[in-house]
Amino acid sequence: MNITSRPTRLAARRLDLAAGRVDLTHGAGGRAMQQLIEEIFRPAFDNPILARGDDQAAFDVAAGRMVMSTDCFVVSPLFFPGGDIGSLAVHGTVNDVAMSGARPLYLSAGFVIEEGFPLADLQRIAMSMGEAARAAGVAVVTGDTKVVERGKADRLFVNTAGIGVVPAGVEISGGRARPGDAILISGTMGDHGVAIMAQRAGLEFETTIVSDSAPLNGLVADMVAAVPTIRVLRDPTRGGLAATLNEICHQSGVGMRLDEAAIPIKSEVLGACELLGLDALNVANEGKLTAIVPATDAARLLSVMRAHPLGRDATMIGEVIADPARFVRMATRIGGERIVDWLAGEQLPRIC
Amino acid sequence: MKHLDEYRDAEIAHRLAAAIHSEAANSGRRYRLMEFCGGHTHAIFRYGIEDLLPANIEMVHGPGCPVCVLPTGRLDMAIRLAKRVGVILASYADMLRVPGSKGQSLMKAKADGADIRMVYSTLDAVKLAEANPDREVIFFAIGFETTTPPTALAIETAAKKGLTNFSVFCNHVLTPSAIAAILEAPAVRELGTVEIDGFLGPAHVSVVIGSQPYEFFAEEYRKPVAISGFEPIDILQSILMLVRQLNEGRAEVENQYIRAVTRDGNVRAKQAVSRVFELRRDFEWRGLGHIPYSALRLKDEFAAFDAERRFDEPYIPTEGIKACECPAILRGAKKPTDCQLFGRACTPETPLGSCMVSSEGACAAYYTYGRMREAAQ
Repeated sequence: MNITSRPTRLAARRLDLAAGRVDLTHGAGGRAMQQLIEEIFRPAFDNPILARGDDQAAFDVAAGRMVMSTDCFVVSPLFFPGGDIGSLAVHGTVNDVAMSGARPLYLSAGFVIEEGFPLADLQRIAMSMGEAARAAGVAVVTGDTKVVERGKADRLFVNTAGIGVVPAGVEISGGRARPGDAILISGTMGDHGVAIMAQRAGLEFETTIVSDSAPLNGLVADMVAAVPTIRVLRDPTRGGLAATLNEICHQSGVGMRLDEAAIPIKSEVLGACELLGLDALNVANEGKLTAIVPATDAARLLSVMRAHPLGRDATMIGEVIADPARFVRMATRIGGERIVDWLAGEQLPRIC
Repeated sequence: MKHLDEYRDAEIAHRLAAAIHSEAANSGRRYRLMEFCGGHTHAIFRYGIEDLLPANIEMVHGPGCPVCVLPTGRLDMAIRLAKRVGVILASYADMLRVPGSKGQSLMKAKADGADIRMVYSTLDAVKLAEANPDREVIFFAIGFETTTPPTALAIETAAKKGLTNFSVFCNHVLTPSAIAAILEAPAVRELGTVEIDGFLGPAHVSVVIGSQPYEFFAEEYRKPVAISGFEPIDILQSILMLVRQLNEGRAEVENQYIRAVTRDGNVRAKQAVSRVFELRRDFEWRGLGHIPYSALRLKDEFAAFDAERRFDEPYIPTEGIKACECPAILRGAKKPTDCQLFGRACTPETPLGSCMVSSEGACAAYYTYGRMREAAQ
């Protein structure tokens, strides 16, 4: 049932948020579910559209181009340094919408909860989502919860979908990169993935690495306002910068040449990657973007990015080149050359 | 990462490259240098080291990739063990995608319902056995001398804890045997090998076994050896050492990786290995064939922890895919680009041969980091 349903006071006792757990009645469409919505989700997301309590969110449609995106979140562990599945679910979809140059407006939120999940954790995650949405300037306007039997899901899965409006004159797509364009990134690579991997059960590895999970719509708004000629924006999440740049090369039918020495990677991230046998360029980011612009606009865009807190370490890392083979090449630090490829399969640690 | 930056410094790299050029340029000879270890192959491609070398130095990629040299029949055994009722197979993640016979792999077996867990250390496998007393936990042990001591410790730990549901499917192999096979085994010669002028000795393996075991090869076969670290500066410096030895007609074991390797290696690790393991009379290597005394098995006193004895799973040798050149590539006789399947039917997403699966395999390194060179030809 929909979490936008009418608010009514149905239960005699409040949820035991300290020690209680989600059980199957919380997904059965009855009073227990209503109570879960009333006491956990509605306070966390509180906004006028949700408060109307209808089965759908109603809002006026802006003139011009709208964009929509959806993403599922199954991250493990649910809580990690720098965020949790809730804030990540907001940032992920906000960023996907923003990578069109759009201003994200509304989100939906869907929850698949495994029976036995602690109510305290659910509340903490919902609050974190609400906080992340407010910070990003978007509203969670509709949602849904389902509870499945123990073993049928891993604790909690979250889906978010988002809608946004593209400013007039902005035309951003992965297919628009042209030879000669400059490739910029907004900051250090690999922080999120390494923060998660260091936390994973079975990997007893101490580090201070914090996820970079953050909403990029503010940074993007500054960028498109100052430099509307931006051709491509993309956030290098799963598969890291390597996957993102390869996607763009394939969509645009071009190649790229990068300079390894120009790509910023935190020394702790680099150290963890060495230990785990990973390449930071294959590791996920959740608060970084890559931008492709005509070379003549690169310096101006870079200064706009650096003026924003989430783009302080922005830098130019290479250029788009003509290449029928669509390779992403990189001049290595020591002066050799190699390909930066998509990752095959899961990124696995080396054994010797 | 200050400690690492020193070993990836562009200026030092260029100085070493210039020295290699000036030593090698006027000698009028070729230098065919085998990096034994897959870790070196990976590093050579990842840092584009070949771009810094003169044309008369050729790096030949050796068989030092444990995933690559494991014959299909042994992988089939692991898959059959994993499919047994009540078994949890604990494996390093590298093995999951390696193709067995008939298109099988551990990953597919896992999808079919076999309980296969990825572990990062041998002790995680022991913990699995403790946590699941009603299940049989089998650790799929593979690797050269680097990964053998942790397996020995896991077996000793399990013995000390009195675990009766933990065993090891042992596939540990020995580096010196493989080098000897490349240099001398008639079977390998019949299969076709290449003339190798010198060896870049393994880094991590040598930390354990020391530099002493290579002295035999240097003396007996007149082949210089330079034990090298895994960083680009290490590799360039080791190449320079080998070029100098060859120019001066020397054949010695030189140790570039002095910050980690001694002549005797890690004595305690070697002791742990000899407490638990003994030489296996015969072991089949992919690409090198049967090599006597080239692998380890559990000693009789640890028989209870030996999955092969415990589950009586037979080894059934299988023929690989005919067109797959992994065997010749593992001997250094062919390059990945000589294989018809390379980059077409066989890619990291759809690997047909073992050299394409492991990130340390020569085919994967060529494909992932170096295929623009082939495209340019």
